[in-house]
Formats: sequence, structure tokens, C-alpha cells
Amino acid sequence: MLSSAALPATAAAGLLLSCAYAQAASGATDPGVLAALLRWAPIIIGGVLLNIGISILAMALGTVLGVPLGLLLMTRNTVTRAPAWTVMQFFRNTPWLVLLFYVMFLTPYQIEIGGLTIALPAWVKAVIGLALPVGANVAEIVRGGVQSIPGTQWSAAESLGFNTLQTLRMVILPQALRRMLPPWVNLHAVLTMASSLISVVGIQDGLALTKAAVSAEARPELLVPMYLLLLLLFFAYCYPVARLTLVLENRLQRGIA
Amino acid sequence: MQGLAGFFQHWADSGGPNFSIVYDQFDRQRFLLGLWTTIELSVASIVLSVVLGLAGAWVLAGPSRAGHAVVRGYVQFFRNTPPLVQLSFFYFAVGGLMPGSHGGGGPLVTGFGWAVISFSLFAGAFNVEIFRSGIEAVPHATVEAAQSLGYRGYGLYRHILVPLGLRICLPALTNNMVNLVKTTTLAYAIGVPDLLYAASQIWSEVLNVREMMIVLLVSYLILVAILVWMMERWERSMAIPGHMA
Repeated sequence: MLSSAALPATAAAGLLLSCAYAQAASGATDPGVLAALLRWAPIIIGGVLLNIGISILAMALGTVLGVPLGLLLMTRNTVTRAPAWTVMQFFRNTPWLVLLFYVMFLTPYQIEIGGLTIALPAWVKAVIGLALPVGANVAEIVRGGVQSIPGTQWSAAESLGFNTLQTLRMVILPQALRRMLPPWVNLHAVLTMASSLISVVGIQDGLALTKAAVSAEARPELLVPMYLLLLLLFFAYCYPVARLTLVLENRLQRGIA
Repeated sequence: MQGLAGFFQHWADSGGPNFSIVYDQFDRQRFLLGLWTTIELSVASIVLSVVLGLAGAWVLAGPSRAGHAVVRGYVQFFRNTPPLVQLSFFYFAVGGLMPGSHGGGGPLVTGFGWAVISFSLFAGAFNVEIFRSGIEAVPHATVEAAQSLGYRGYGLYRHILVPLGLRICLPALTNNMVNLVKTTTLAYAIGVPDLLYAASQIWSEVLNVREMMIVLLVSYLILVAILVWMMERWERSMAIPGHMA
């Protein structure tokens, strides 16, 4: 297993190498490459923080939407299960960008509740658009988690006099939540990477700000360092989250017989 | 066919939904061209990513520690960065620094080319993990038996590990291919005329966003369904009777 310090060190070394190469390629009177990067770095970091913030909000909204859908998927009644299954398959199998376009174009600019007019800024629409496929994936995670609990737990609870709701609440869900945690954290990493889609629909996130910075500087040798910086910023967030998933999985493996 | 077009034209004219791609020949051609580009993009990326995955898993199964480090670094980097940012890096940063082709006939690598390269590298990273897990799931007793018969190195990989490992990891591979088909929509951001791009051109002209969205969603569902069906047929035809539950 690659040591946890080697990969970030290699990535940072790669960035510095590209800066050195760019410095060699830049003109004598141009400001230094590192100086240019440092000048734009706060703005780009702010953009990446917007990405992370939107992904956290979309994860929260998606979980709120997905858990009831997941519970509906497990009902024995076909009347409730079939529509839930259709909705889940629909949102899981459509491209996230198409869903994002759908929500961005077809939600109104403002909604009126009672006499109150609430404006919907673009980032709110983006959160809703990203929360839809997240909800479908959360439903699948919930279904997988609960169905992975052995049937013997259900039988034992039934023999002790628990009804279905009590069994779910006191026996199944506490165990299932631990199993759902690694794929849920993994989904958050996937969502953070997908959050860069919002630059396509016009929100000034990390990628859009990097493009703006590159065009403002108008120096072609800065292209590679700037984009590498953006890639490394995303990597700096998503790689620890991926490692956290692994740690959670391993701890879970030790907890189960 | 004429009757169908006439029906949709009448439906649009009388205030109903405007499915211009049925009755308008220009829109229909644009849409079909976008669909074909998406299919080309998907097939090229799938093939290249499988090749990359097999090559990476081959290096990981081998003895070279440096090779292991390189492949693991590649996998971790491409799995933990956004595919859109990777695509932008290749198209704007790397493509911006490349020289033009001789005679000034445009860039050396077009947007379509960068999209294929970027998506193949992205999906290839996931495929390396998938193939590695499939190959590691081949029972060690089988590998030892093969080695006792004289298989080693590339022969062992090609005749024993890959056939058995591929059958084990086929569901995960299908899942990754479905994700790749969905990821091809990102090519919109660099101006590749794929399905989403064609639809956006049509709806910005004819102003039928709702209808084109429905058409888009149904098209992608059909594409994914066809891919899953083909993979399931292949899985059934490859299944070794009695080998796996």
C-alpha cells in the first residue's frame, strides 16, 4: 500500500516542477510564476470551498430525500415498491449534468409562498440538481445496508415480541447504519468531484475561477500550473475522504465476526 | 413516417408539446449526429479504458515495485480528482501548449480526441482497481495448478488470470461502463458536438427546453439500457457452467 505521504509529496513535487518549467518559458519582464499562482490561489481556494460547501449541502438534502425512498424500496407492497424502484433507477441512470440542466432550466427564479417571494439563486438550484441523483444513490445504499443484516436478526426480534417498526428502530437500523457509512462517505467524495459540473451552468466555482484567472493573466505558460493547482486542491480534499472510507471499512470488518 | 411528422407538427402548432426533432429535418439531423458522436465517444472510451485497465492490472500483478508505485499513483490521482477538471486540464492546458498541425489545418488533437483521452484515463483508473480485484479473486489453488503445468508470466495472465478474473468482476465492470456513458456528457463543456450539445442547440433555437429535456433523458436511458443488455448477454454467454453460483 502506498504510504500516505508519498502521493501528496509526489503531487506537490509535480506542481513545483511545472512551475519551474513555466518560469523557464516566461519572458524576462513577466512576474514570477510562483508569485502569479500565489496571487490567484486565494480566489481559486475560495472557489474550491464553494464546491465543497455545495457538495455538503447537496449530500444533506440528498440523504433527507434518499432515506425515505430507500425505506419505500423495501416494503413488501408492490404498489409502494414499484414506483420507488422506477424513480431510483431513473435518477441513477441519467447523467448528472443532464439532471443539473433540467433543474437549472425548469425551476423558477423565485417562488411565492403566501405573500412572501423567495428568490432562488443559482447555487440553490445547483444544490437541488445535485441532490436528486445523490438521493437515488442513498436509497440504494440504505436498501443494501438494511438487506445485508441477516434474516436471523429479524426472526430473533420477532420471537422476542418486537413489531416491524420496533425491530427496524432498535435492532436493524443501529447495525445497518454502521454498514452504510463507508459507501455513504464514498458517495460524498464522488459528489464533491461531480460538483465541478456547476461551472458548466454558470456558477463561479473553482473551475470557472481558474479559467477566469488564466484568461486574466493571458500567459500561456501559466496554463499547466494553474490547472494542476486546481487538480491538487480537489485531490487534497478527496484523497483523505477516500482514505477515510478505507479506514471505516477496515474498522467495520473487525467489528463483525 | 410522413404521417408521424405531420402529427407532431400539428401537435406543436396547436399549442401542444413541440417535438421539433420529429418533423423538422435540420433538427433531426443535428440530433442524430449528436447521438452518433456520443456513441462514438462512449465506444472509443470504453475500449481504451479496458485496455488501460488490463495493462495496469498486469503491472500490479508483476514484480516491479516501481511499476506498482506508478500505477497506484495514476489510479489514486485519477480517482480523486473531478473528471471535468481533468478534461479541462487536457483540453485547455495541454492542448493549449501543443503546436498546431502542419499546414495550419487546426489543432493536432481535436476536442473529441482530448475527450476520448481524458475519459479513457479516468475510467481506466477505476478499471485497474476492478480488474485487480477480479484477478485477486481467482483461487490461489487454481494459479498454483497452472504454474505446476508450466504457465508463468504473460501466459499465466492471458490464459488463466484474465479469463477467470474477468468473469468475476463483470458486474462491477458493467457498472463502470454505465458511469462512463454518463460521463461522456462532460464533453459538452469543451464544445464536442455530443447529444447534450445538439439538444442545447435545438432548444436555444426552437425554445422547447422541456420537450428536449424529456427526449434527452429518454435517449440516455435507452443508451444505458442497450449497454447493460449487451453486457448481460455477454456475461451469460461467457458463464462457465457450475463454476460460480
